[in-house]
Amino acid sequence: MKTGAKTLIEALQREGVDTIFGYPGGVVLPIYDELYDSSIRHILVRHEQAAAHAADGYARASGRVGVCLATSGPGACNLVTGIATAYMDSIPIVALTGQVPTGLLGNDAFQESDITGITMPVTKHNYLVKDAADLDRVVQEAFYIARTGRPGPVLVDLPKDVSTGQVLEGAPVPGTVSLRGYQPTYQGHVRQIDKALDLIANAERPLVYAGGGVILSEASAELLEFVETAAVPVTTTLMGLGAVPGDHPLNLGMLGMHGTQSANYAVTECDLLIAVGVRFDDRVTGKIETFAPNAAVIHIDIDPAEIGKNKVVDVPIVGDVKAVLQALLRRMQKRGDTANWVSRINAWKAQYPLCYRDDDHLRPQYVVEQLSDLLKGEGIVVSEVGQNQMWTALYYCFKKPRTWITSGGLGTMGYGFPAAIGAHYARPDLPVVDVAGDGSFQMNIQELGTVAHYQIPVKVVILNNMYLGMVRQWQELFYDRRYSYTELPAVDFVKIANAYGVEGLRVEEKAGVREALETALATDGPFVLDFRVEREENVFPMVPAGAAINEMIGVRQE
Amino acid sequence: MKPHTLSVLVENRAGVLGRVAGMFSRRGFNIESLAVGPCEEPNMSRVTIVVNGDDGVIEQVMKQTNKLIDVIKVSDLTKRESVERELALIKVAAETGPFRAEILQIADIFRAQVVDVGSKTLVLQVTGDTEKIDALEKLLRQYGIKELVRTGKIALLRGAKTVKSSK
Repeated sequence: MKTGAKTLIEALQREGVDTIFGYPGGVVLPIYDELYDSSIRHILVRHEQAAAHAADGYARASGRVGVCLATSGPGACNLVTGIATAYMDSIPIVALTGQVPTGLLGNDAFQESDITGITMPVTKHNYLVKDAADLDRVVQEAFYIARTGRPGPVLVDLPKDVSTGQVLEGAPVPGTVSLRGYQPTYQGHVRQIDKALDLIANAERPLVYAGGGVILSEASAELLEFVETAAVPVTTTLMGLGAVPGDHPLNLGMLGMHGTQSANYAVTECDLLIAVGVRFDDRVTGKIETFAPNAAVIHIDIDPAEIGKNKVVDVPIVGDVKAVLQALLRRMQKRGDTANWVSRINAWKAQYPLCYRDDDHLRPQYVVEQLSDLLKGEGIVVSEVGQNQMWTALYYCFKKPRTWITSGGLGTMGYGFPAAIGAHYARPDLPVVDVAGDGSFQMNIQELGTVAHYQIPVKVVILNNMYLGMVRQWQELFYDRRYSYTELPAVDFVKIANAYGVEGLRVEEKAGVREALETALATDGPFVLDFRVEREENVFPMVPAGAAINEMIGVRQE
Repeated sequence: MKPHTLSVLVENRAGVLGRVAGMFSRRGFNIESLAVGPCEEPNMSRVTIVVNGDDGVIEQVMKQTNKLIDVIKVSDLTKRESVERELALIKVAAETGPFRAEILQIADIFRAQVVDVGSKTLVLQVTGDTEKIDALEKLLRQYGIKELVRTGKIALLRGAKTVKSSK
C-alpha cells in the first residue's frame, strides 16, 4: 500500500510534471512531505496568487501544462484570480488544492472553502476527489482536459484524508482517457474548408485576423505559410502577437482598441475576414455592428461556442487551427489577386506609423523600443496590465510565438511578475523581462522574495509614472482630467529590491535607458529597473469605448 | 422569443446540476423550468430544460451546455416531434357546498385527479402540456389556490428516435 499523496506525486510525474509552484499549509502537509524528497522541483512563492500566475506563465512559455499547489480555504481562494486569468486566455494549468477531510466537508471546518463551487465558473472542469483510489484517473483526466481541445485550467481538490489514504501499490494505471462528454473536434469539415477556399480565391481585399488560438495550437508556421501563399495581409490580437513576425511585410500589427491605424482601417475595408483562433472580443471589435462591415467572415476555432457568439459568420470551421490551416494549404488551388489591396495597405503603413513625441524626455515607448532593440525578439517579454502592456504590445517587435506573455482576457494587474517567474522555469535558456507599471508591480511585489530566494534572473522594467496610468488616461480623456484616486506616491523600488537582496537601478534620464537595460540583462540574477517616465504620456492610437475601430483618437486622420 | 425544450443527457455525478444551472445563470440564460431525474442509462441523468430566447441565444445555450465536461448530449426537442408533459399538484379552497361541486366538475373536464380531500380543501393532480396546466390554474384561481407545485416540463421524442449519447 502507498499513500494518496505518494500516488498523486507519481501520477504527476507520469504527466511529465517537473515544476510545481506552491505554498504549503495544514491540509497539504502529506503532499509536501512527499514532495520533500521527490524529483519534482517545488518553487515556494510568497502568495498563492503568484503560484497560479507562475504556473500560467510556465504554460504559456512552454506549451506544457503548468501546475500550482495551495492549501485549503485561504490558500485555494488566493489561487482564484490566477485560475480566472488562465481561463480567460485558455491556458492549460492544473491547480491542486488541499481540502479539509471528507468527514468535515460542508461543516465550516477550519480553513474550509468550497473551492470546486467557487471555481466552477472559471475552470474548464474541476474535481473534488473523495477516494484515494480515484487519484490516478482524476490526475490523468485533469491534465488531459487542461491541454486538449480549447485548453484551460482544471482544479483538483484533495481532502486531507485522501492524501493520507491508502492506495493499492501497483494498481493498474488507466491507459488512455475516454470521456463520453468531451470529444473535441480537431479536423475541419472538408466542405467548409472548400467553401472558405472559394471565398479566399475570389476575395479582392482579404485579411487574416489571428489570435491566441494560433499560439495555443502551435500553428505559427502554418499561418505564415498561409499568409504568404495566399498573399493575404494579417493583423493579430494582443494574444496573437508573435504568431507572425512583427516585421513581416504582410503583418499590420495589432488591431482593436489600441490597434495600429493600418490594421483598424484594413479591418474596416476588407471584403473577407479570415478569423483564426480568435473570439471577437469587445476590445478587438469596438462597436460590433461596424466591425468588418463589408466582409464575408470565415471563422476557424476549436471551440464551437465561439463561432457566431459575437459576430455572424459565413463559413464556420470548427477544428484545431493548425489542422485546419494545413487542410486549407493542402487544398488551395487558386489565390485571389490581392496586389492592389496589399499596396493600399502598404501605403497605410507608410502613412500611419506608430508615433510618439521622441524628444529628450524619458518616454515609456522609448524604453520599450530600446528593449526590443536589445532582445531582438529572442527573449521572453511578459507584461503587467494597463499602459505598460499596450506600449509593449505596440512598440516591442515580437518575432516568435510564446515570447509574449500577458493577461489579455481578464486583464489581471500583478500578473506579469509571477508569470515571468514561471516563464523562466519553462525556458531557462531565454532572458525573461517583465515590463511593469508602478501600480501593477506593487500588486505582487512580494515575489521579490521568490526571485531573490532562488536567484531567478527575471528583469523587471518598471515604467514608473506614479499613476495608475491607463485609468488616468481615461480620466484625462473622458472625465475632464479629474484624477480620482489614480495618483500613486513615489516609491523607491530600488531600495525595496535591495532590501530583498535584489539589485536595482533608477533611471531618470533618457540618455541612461540603454545602458541600464544592458546592465540588467548582463546581470546573472534578478534585477529591478525603475524608469521614471513622462507622467502623463498616453497610449495611442485609441478607440473610445463604443466607437467603431476606425474612429481612433490620438492619430493623424486619414 | 419562444420557449425551447432542451433534453440534456448528463453524467449522474455530484454537482452536475450545479454546473448546468450555474452556467445558465452566469451567462444570463433564463430557465423557465428544469426537471431532472434518472433515465434509462444507469450512470446518466436526463435534464429537461425549458429556456427562452431567440435562435442565437438558444444556439449559445446549447453550445455552452455541450461544453460542460459532464454533459453528454444536448438536443432541442422544439424543432422535432415530441411529447411534452408536466405534472402539477394544486391545493384549492373547497368548502362543502356548490363550489366544491364546481371544482370537481372542472377537475373532471381537465382529467385531473383528486388526490387528497379535506374538509376545507381539495388537492388536484393534473398532467398535460404547459398550456393545459396554465388553463386549469386560471380557472381554479377564483376559488382560491392555497398552494401549487409544478414539476417542470419533461419531454421525449416521438417514435423510435431517441436522444442518446453519440459523443
